[in-house]
Amino acid sequence: MTTPMVKAEGVHKSFGAAHILKGIDLEVAPREVFCLIGPSGSGKSTFLRCINHLEKINAGRLSVDGELVGYRQKGDKLYELKDSEVALQRRDIGMVFQRFNLFPHMTAIENVMEAPIQVKGETKAVARARAEKLLDRVGLSDKAGNYPTQLSGGQQQRVAIARALAMEPKLMLFDEPTSALDPELVGDVLDVMRGLAEDGMTMIVVTHEMGFAREVGDALVFMDDGVVVESGHPRDVLTDPQHDRTKSFLSKVL
Amino acid sequence: MTDKFDRTPAGSPAGPVSVSKGATPAPENIKAIPVRHVGRWISGVVVIGLLVALGYAFSQGNIQWHAVGDKLFDKNVVAGAGRTLLISVLAMVLGVILGVVLAVMRLSKNPVTSWVAWLYIWFFRGTPVYVQLLLWFNLALIFPVLNIPFIYKDEMTDVMTPFMCALLGLALNEAAYMAEICRAGIQSVDEGQTEASHALGMTQGKTMRRVVLPQALRVIIPPTGNEFINMLKTSSLVYAVTYNELLRSTSQIGSTSYAVMEMLFVASIWYIVMTSVFSVGQYYLERRFARGSLRSLPLTPWQRVKVNLAAFGNRPSGGVSA
Repeated sequence: MTTPMVKAEGVHKSFGAAHILKGIDLEVAPREVFCLIGPSGSGKSTFLRCINHLEKINAGRLSVDGELVGYRQKGDKLYELKDSEVALQRRDIGMVFQRFNLFPHMTAIENVMEAPIQVKGETKAVARARAEKLLDRVGLSDKAGNYPTQLSGGQQQRVAIARALAMEPKLMLFDEPTSALDPELVGDVLDVMRGLAEDGMTMIVVTHEMGFAREVGDALVFMDDGVVVESGHPRDVLTDPQHDRTKSFLSKVL
Repeated sequence: MTDKFDRTPAGSPAGPVSVSKGATPAPENIKAIPVRHVGRWISGVVVIGLLVALGYAFSQGNIQWHAVGDKLFDKNVVAGAGRTLLISVLAMVLGVILGVVLAVMRLSKNPVTSWVAWLYIWFFRGTPVYVQLLLWFNLALIFPVLNIPFIYKDEMTDVMTPFMCALLGLALNEAAYMAEICRAGIQSVDEGQTEASHALGMTQGKTMRRVVLPQALRVIIPPTGNEFINMLKTSSLVYAVTYNELLRSTSQIGSTSYAVMEMLFVASIWYIVMTSVFSVGQYYLERRFARGSLRSLPLTPWQRVKVNLAAFGNRPSGGVSA
């Protein structure tokens, strides 16, 4: 049996008194497109942010590719990782944000080149060559010299995807990548994600795009109030939900 | 100035000549009688009258105007202005560097560094810079000998020359203010930027240097320009530690030649010229750091003049790029 790309066992997370995640158990297989859906405030984005340790979990275990996130285990003791060690883990996990978060003081291509140069110590020439390929792949080779403010939301998000891919991650996290976009710009971004899925990238996608989930997703989880309510193949869950809460949620969004 | 030519000169649908491609003809501009601004005319006359009265009062005062002209480029005065510039620039550079370090320390998760930075800022902002200058000047009273084991040893009075007193006094005080300006700048950068940088595997230090600080600069630079212009003027306080800067060199001439007021005018002219020059520099610096925050940069005054000239000569306005 292969190691799961992501494995969560009883993951809890609270912010002060607010208990956001109440014991999440799930497994994401390599090359799988894993969709997380649920009402806002259900904890799906928080869970995603725990996977690359932007948030620290309070209880349970969370591992990526067999390696604990943010901790090292020796015997039965857990040791917190240093900031630099956490940074090392994050190199292999790409993340795409709802609000793009491109670096506004750098051009599109500089955004894509930044991490390989700064983190992997690549030369400018190597980083530029890859960045050009990636921008071409997301259909923006003609926008390489533009600053983010000169790009539409959809273009910015595609640059953000290219930026994450530049680190050649083994796992990509998408945090509602199309929620901040005008409806007519959503398609371009979803096309890029579809292409990634076809190439066998492991992806965890928090989304409200049920069409994308049904068409591209290999697995789907419906979360509500910090727990996994229902999971299965997207076609089954979306067309024949078993749980009342899933039914009422889907009846509102479909 | 001339509002008429400020608008886009080329593409505007003005005049009967410009007809858009084949489609509807350009609409005729509205012709209306403009609002009369009587108040502006009256207030303008009042202000001019006051300025004339003020100028007259000065011309009648007991001032030898030719002395101002004679001494403006006096060797000692120019040297004094040079020293003012030197001490201001050096103190500012030191102040900015130390200020950035203090700001990062202040925001650090390490309680010791954060507390040290707080203490520094608390002391240097809490005492007048004049007092700090005098403290440096009299440092030999507490530490008669400066002794850094195995590296350096000398009499404190030899180390604390007027120049060193002035530099340390101004720079260390400035660092405290710059620290607060930098802290505000760093905190103004969206948290998403830090998250994106961390998610790419960049360390805290790289994130600060490559992502946060460059964006913070946009917020930091305008008040820093202010601080520098302030510094040019505050540097006159180093008079107290006998550093021979602009004010000291002019007033020495003033007290020996009984031209006190005249020499203060000379100093004022030099100060105002220096601050004006740096204000222009600040404008262009701010423009440079606005990159990425605006879709297109506004025209510089010089570019605007060129556009206006082009419009005036009725030539097509090309070659002006922001």
